[in-house]
Amino acid sequence: MTGPETEVRPAEVDRPEGGEDVRPDRPWMVIVWNDPINLMSYVTYVFQKLFGYSRDKATQLMLDVHHKGRAVVSSGPRERAELDVFRLHEHGLWATMEQAS
Amino acid sequence: MGRRRFTRDRHGRIRPGLELPERELLRLLPDQARDLVDPGETSAQRLFPVAYPDDEAAQADYHEMMGSQLLEHHHDALDVLAGTIDEATIDEDDLRGWLGAVEVLRLVLGTQLDVSEDPVDIGPDDPRADQFTVYQYLSMLQGEIVDALAAGLPRAGTVQ
Repeated sequence: MTGPETEVRPAEVDRPEGGEDVRPDRPWMVIVWNDPINLMSYVTYVFQKLFGYSRDKATQLMLDVHHKGRAVVSSGPRERAELDVFRLHEHGLWATMEQAS
Repeated sequence: MGRRRFTRDRHGRIRPGLELPERELLRLLPDQARDLVDPGETSAQRLFPVAYPDDEAAQADYHEMMGSQLLEHHHDALDVLAGTIDEATIDEDDLRGWLGAVEVLRLVLGTQLDVSEDPVDIGPDDPRADQFTVYQYLSMLQGEIVDALAAGLPRAGTVQ
């Protein structure tokens, strides 16, 4: 791990948002993008493992990523979405997050 | 046809069943890749994706908070593969480490080879031919590891 648990974590500190609309009621969406390296079976496995999705749902999401270029794989509060993005990054998937409009 | 890989013994442990040249390759690759697996390396950019493409400040915070953990995760996976490659049997945690290591290696190699959606045209005389052969081998191996691990997941999932 990177340090003691009492460490102050910079991302949790409030910061000016440069005039962007950051209404907290809009959920954050976790998006996985198509990439030419990851295997389809691997992407399906990761969706099942990380999110507890059924084989069918994970396969459908993988196919959405493959054919449409991207898919929303989870959504929720910012902290939750950021954790999901991090876990996807641990698994080598190209994941980003954005607030629903 | 080689032996079947990643079969389970009667204790539920996994027998990798790799041939000697495979083990030699998989012992070598993590060492070669370790120094490349760094956010500053061009060929490792896929290992450290941008979480907030439209918000530089948030992205800087994300990298500051998570970057070293992500690096450690990737390095740990390479260590598991290198450290258990000669074991006759491994457990599921080890195999998940192998999967992570093979993923890291494929992302680095695939980036170096500039793999795209189009069929890759790398012939036997191409200077990248050996690298591409390794990439294809790792793709095959990853598919078999995924099959072995996915078999243990509930088909119906755990959430709706």
